[in-house]
Amino acid sequence: MSAIPSTAIEIAAAVRSGSLSAREVLDDHLARIDARDGEINAFNLVMVDEARAAAAAVDAQVAAGEDPGPLAGVPLALKDNLCTHGIPTTCSSRILEGWRPPYDATVVQRVNAAGAISIGKTNLDEFAMGSSTENSAFGPTRNPRDTSRVPGGSSGGSAAAVAAGFAPISLGSDTGGSIRQPAALCGVVGVKPTYGLVSRYGLIAFASSLDQIGPFSTTVADSALLLEAIAGYDGRDSTSINAPSPSLIESLGEGVDGLRIGFVTELMGEGIAPDVAARVRQAADALAAAGAQIGEVSVPAAAYGLSAYYLIAPAEASSNLARYDGVRYGMRVDAPTTAEMNAATRTAGFGDEVKRRIMLGTYALSAGYYDAYYGKALKVRTLIVRDFERAYADFDLLITPTSPTTAFKFGDKTADPLSMYLNDICTIPTNLAGHPAMSVPFGGGADGMPVGVQLLAPALGEATMFRAAAVLESAAPALDEVWS
Amino acid sequence: MTLTHEPIEGEHFIVVSETTGDEWEIVVGLEVHCELATVTKLFCGCPNMFGDEPNTNVCPVCLGLPGSLPVLNENVVELAMRLGRALQCSVEPSVFARKNYFYPDMPKDYQVTQFDRPINVDGWLDLPDGTRVGIERAHIEEDTGKNSHAGGSGRIHGADYSLVDYNRAGVPLVEIVGRPHIRHPEQAKTYIDELRAILLTTGASDAKMEEGSLRVDANVSVRRVGDPELGTRCEVKNLNSLRSLGRAIEYEARRQVDLLESGERIKQETRHWDEGAGRTRAGRSKEEAEDYRYFQEPDLVPLVPSAEWIAAIDAAMPPLPAARREALAVASGLAVTESGVVIAVQRDLDQLALATISAGGDGKRVLTHVEHNLSGEGSAELDPATFAQLVGLELGGQLTATQAKTVLAEMLVSGRAPEVIAAELGFEAMDSSELEGIVDGLIAESPEEWSDFCTGDDKKRAKLQGFFTGKIMKATKGQADGKAVAALLESRRAESL
Repeated sequence: MSAIPSTAIEIAAAVRSGSLSAREVLDDHLARIDARDGEINAFNLVMVDEARAAAAAVDAQVAAGEDPGPLAGVPLALKDNLCTHGIPTTCSSRILEGWRPPYDATVVQRVNAAGAISIGKTNLDEFAMGSSTENSAFGPTRNPRDTSRVPGGSSGGSAAAVAAGFAPISLGSDTGGSIRQPAALCGVVGVKPTYGLVSRYGLIAFASSLDQIGPFSTTVADSALLLEAIAGYDGRDSTSINAPSPSLIESLGEGVDGLRIGFVTELMGEGIAPDVAARVRQAADALAAAGAQIGEVSVPAAAYGLSAYYLIAPAEASSNLARYDGVRYGMRVDAPTTAEMNAATRTAGFGDEVKRRIMLGTYALSAGYYDAYYGKALKVRTLIVRDFERAYADFDLLITPTSPTTAFKFGDKTADPLSMYLNDICTIPTNLAGHPAMSVPFGGGADGMPVGVQLLAPALGEATMFRAAAVLESAAPALDEVWS
Repeated sequence: MTLTHEPIEGEHFIVVSETTGDEWEIVVGLEVHCELATVTKLFCGCPNMFGDEPNTNVCPVCLGLPGSLPVLNENVVELAMRLGRALQCSVEPSVFARKNYFYPDMPKDYQVTQFDRPINVDGWLDLPDGTRVGIERAHIEEDTGKNSHAGGSGRIHGADYSLVDYNRAGVPLVEIVGRPHIRHPEQAKTYIDELRAILLTTGASDAKMEEGSLRVDANVSVRRVGDPELGTRCEVKNLNSLRSLGRAIEYEARRQVDLLESGERIKQETRHWDEGAGRTRAGRSKEEAEDYRYFQEPDLVPLVPSAEWIAAIDAAMPPLPAARREALAVASGLAVTESGVVIAVQRDLDQLALATISAGGDGKRVLTHVEHNLSGEGSAELDPATFAQLVGLELGGQLTATQAKTVLAEMLVSGRAPEVIAAELGFEAMDSSELEGIVDGLIAESPEEWSDFCTGDDKKRAKLQGFFTGKIMKATKGQADGKAVAALLESRRAESL
């Protein structure tokens, strides 16, 4: 049993007060990584030297009577699609081998400025395309709760790092559920903020209109702390919302008395495992017991969310990933002409799922097919926004499962991409609408693996969403509590 | 095949086929790319500079590094709108799009441009000859880097290796798409001249064709005179000068007429002008053209300039060439299409001309001097009052046109009054009886030539007119007025017939 506290809030308080040094905290976490990451494979890179230097700087600040910030001395893991100055950033793809960004992502600057210790770069499905982290070029990450199972994805490394205690908090990115689904499968908290709340500058794009960076943590309060640190306007991201960063922590204890919370009927039926659905109902009961009014609500277009997503996201990806052509950085496979060199590099550098999505997206945007595919998907997206608007006229928050099932076994879904895509059926509509949503652990499924309950809010409704999350956290059954 | 330069029925010019004698009309629409004269690039803070060391004006954004994002330069929008309003366009809410294709000089392998919703739409440009050329759109887009091919042949095919300079990548461009309202190579050159004047007047661009900050592609087609349908067009690229533009249009029109007259069809394609060979060569055809898979750029938000912003641009709009010609035409009493009026505005000497006219200078003579004698340095600094005095002396017969030209050149150097200079140079008015005496004496000296002058054909008479004028000028030490001499010779000839 380590003497180091388990949450970011406690660690930061101890470091700021001088009762604990950032170095001690870091050493403890590095030891845990040493002991177990060989098995879990959460990290593509552990930044030992940089982390030690950062911890020493924080300790020096404290010694000098300065405040290192709200994340003082807190180890933090970064998904390996966030640019770190001078440190390899791979997107778990061979095509970026050897590339070191000449700049830090805005979120990296912000967590560093808040005193956090960036401890390493975490594994992901290549270019964030996947739901199990099995699509990484550097081997899959294992679920710390059961290493025969996937951690979810694409931010599987960031979820597993928190679940395994390698870092109390981490950052991931969520394009169609890539934070919330692995959070659910690993039994941790994961938040996808409102589109534009957190700057995307330095996040290597998968699908620009859907990507959003967000936190993982073991507690709701730690996610609130980390989101407060990274949120807020950034002039380098044109889609950044010009509004002050939300105050989340101060409203955490306000409860849900009087809040109207809706079950989304379309996302509670077919395809949702009965044990998962039962936990979501139990969660709703807990919210009702805390004073919320629970009702049913229909978001009809949500049923088409998956189809629209698998046109819009690959279309944007086909364009975003064009730059990996062997000309300027990363891998190059030489060939007699430039076009042949481009093709040889991309053939060798990208994995199957990335190639599949580039082809899907290229097709969806092609002359003669645009209207039938990409154009139609944009219309569905508009309908989803409209349906959510209607739902939020009657409800403050919505509640659904995060993932249709608990963590599955390695190889279960790799043979059939469509069954893998269905993992994101409950999470995708929020990305299409640009709204915030989060996954909160709520007991276990029939297999004893964690279940995540998803809370959804309208744009910039994070504060209300976190209040409900805090209620769910305190009402959550223990993971080993027998499912009835 | 002959190319007539004279307008036939208004603004129409025609190509007459040498083989069939048929009349064909050239139809040209120009697409102009011009670099905007901003301090920084379109989406980042890198300097927008020509000719620096390769790859020094670059950053993660204009290199398209993973994770970087574009931020629109507000000054680009300002200049683009200024240009749009000067071209009488309406400024519309616009969106950026990605044009996807692989090319090593393009860092992201897509170009950020405006596709279905451009910022400026539906304007026009009035040419000095009175033609109104429609402007379909003038939209914002980013420039690419520059490839150079080394070793081997030095061309893209067969080079040992290629180098890319990304200093130009992300430089702001406006693409001005003109409607096919141009009917002659000379008119195309005038259009570019006029557009360049507008770009300079509005400060939108330095518009240097030789440095590539103004690049022209010409869509050329031909049709039989009277045919209402447009012919199939070819887009001619690689036009690096006005001379190339004119030659390429002429060549392309001839090529198309030849093909059509021999019963062939024109294939819609891109053709490259080869200045050395004086011909165009086929590039990509429409059938094999790339599918650019345009879609809205998700990293940028729609651009919706406020009505106040547009109004401020209109209020600050400097006088444009067409309006300046109009003002000068009114003041001088000449037509707007007179070369003196056109050239005065082109040389930025219209303000001088207007001031000189209001100081009492005769409009026609002032503009004659501007056109023929004021192209060099210091012209704009000429004092309008003394310029008006000079014109007055000329009009009063104290100076001949030739003498006035000499005095004007000296005024530009010393800035002294025209009377002083004329006196120093010994220029005096010559009265007509003195001139008559000299002319009659010279006629008497050369009776044979005089007889030939009076009775010879046009050619002979022109030659002998030169002979007598030369002798008279020599005898008067150049002080005789050329017009007076010609008139006198003509009246003596009439008398002797």
